[in-house]
Amino acid sequence: MPAATPKFLVRALNLHYGEHHALKNVEMDIAPKSVTAFIGPSGCGKSTFLRCLNRMNDFILGCRVEGEIKLDGMDIYAASTDVIALRRKVGMVFQRPNPFPSSIWENVAYGPRLHGIRNKTVLQEIVESSLKGAALWEEVQDKLHTPALALSGGQQQRLCIARAIAVEPEVLLMDEPTSALDPLGTARIEELVRELKERYTVVIVTHNMQQAARISDMTCFFLMGETIEMGPTQEIFTSPQDRRTEDYITGRFG
Amino acid sequence: MDSMNMRKAFDTELKRLETDLLKLGNLAQDAVMKGVWALKEQDVRLAEEVLRGDDVLDSLTGNIDAQCLQIIARFQPVALDLRTLSAILHMAVDLERIGDYGVSLAKAAKALSRERLIKPLLDIPRMAQILKEMIDTALGAFLDRSAEEARKVCLMDDQMDDIQEQIFRELLLIMMENPRTIEQATRLLFVARTLERAGDHATNLAERTIYMVTGKVEKSSAIRRPKEEE
Repeated sequence: MPAATPKFLVRALNLHYGEHHALKNVEMDIAPKSVTAFIGPSGCGKSTFLRCLNRMNDFILGCRVEGEIKLDGMDIYAASTDVIALRRKVGMVFQRPNPFPSSIWENVAYGPRLHGIRNKTVLQEIVESSLKGAALWEEVQDKLHTPALALSGGQQQRLCIARAIAVEPEVLLMDEPTSALDPLGTARIEELVRELKERYTVVIVTHNMQQAARISDMTCFFLMGETIEMGPTQEIFTSPQDRRTEDYITGRFG
Repeated sequence: MDSMNMRKAFDTELKRLETDLLKLGNLAQDAVMKGVWALKEQDVRLAEEVLRGDDVLDSLTGNIDAQCLQIIARFQPVALDLRTLSAILHMAVDLERIGDYGVSLAKAAKALSRERLIKPLLDIPRMAQILKEMIDTALGAFLDRSAEEARKVCLMDDQMDDIQEQIFRELLLIMMENPRTIEQATRLLFVARTLERAGDHATNLAERTIYMVTGKVEKSSAIRRPKEEE
């Protein structure tokens, strides 16, 4: 990756859940308009770290964060940070598609409306461009007012991506976005991720190593709360530098 | 299959593949050694044995190729596993080529079998002997995953070049002295050239092994003595 100013700059990040030291001294730079993948065995801290990037861990009782995370140079854990504005800038897509029990249109218009857009024409434009951005428009343009829950799993997940990009975020965090999808749905999302990085910084947690290898520019390997190795994906999967990375990706443990 | 069992299955398949690669190495070595021996001893039957053996070598190479692709498709190997398979794919091609050189040596042996040799062959068998050691060392380094052993092969290739040069000068003298030797001497030059080429392929085996072990491309020219300015 070129030495562009990092989108996220993480230094000496430690996170505790009560007594449990879940993230240990994590340091990381995440380049803008790129795809960064986090891999590692269950419980290694990769999802926890992802959730630090838009302060989703604030919701968890007994969770304590130390260190700094800067988004475009601004400390997101500073007292002055507007968390709502932060989450608008840093959108998130979850493991299971979770559309609201309303129409497709309502799902996408929800966020912009929450942020004060009332004009119907403007909303319609946002819905259309977001659905196009999530590669779903073609499939749903004739049934925008039918229930979102009637869509297939893969379509629901793309709807969630449309919902996330409707508020014009700069970063998309994805927590195992294809683990509940079939291979075809997975392929569509992967294709979409590659397109999304033209406009957004994408950070993705995945249990599927081939997926990380296919879609990411940078890969970071987490183990027991530590970042063991981070580098260009191509290098991580052909010549990892750390023995533990090698052992994990070749299936010797985990 | 959980990941540990998957690992076991992969290791078993890889072992089988490595055994086949060694077999191929032995066949290629044999072809060259027998080719040169047939030439030195003017033994037509031995030369024909080499010619017949080439089909076995080719089919084993095809087999290794197919096995590699199967394993890649089924296990999607990464890191050292992936570099190992890539090394095997390339090394099989190099060994097959060395086997082909054995065939050209055998053909030369047949062509020269009825002639009185213009000189006793000493340097050509020496080249063959060094080639055999190069292949042994390279395959040993591959099995032991040792870049250090592999680097020794590159140094041996310098000796091959030296002997070839020596053969060239000697044959040149013989030809100048007696033009009637030109036909045979030219054939012998080709033989030396063939062995030198086979040495280059043996060096490739070593380079592949170094990349497999270290993950870094290392050209043998960086290890060998610097080439003289031409």
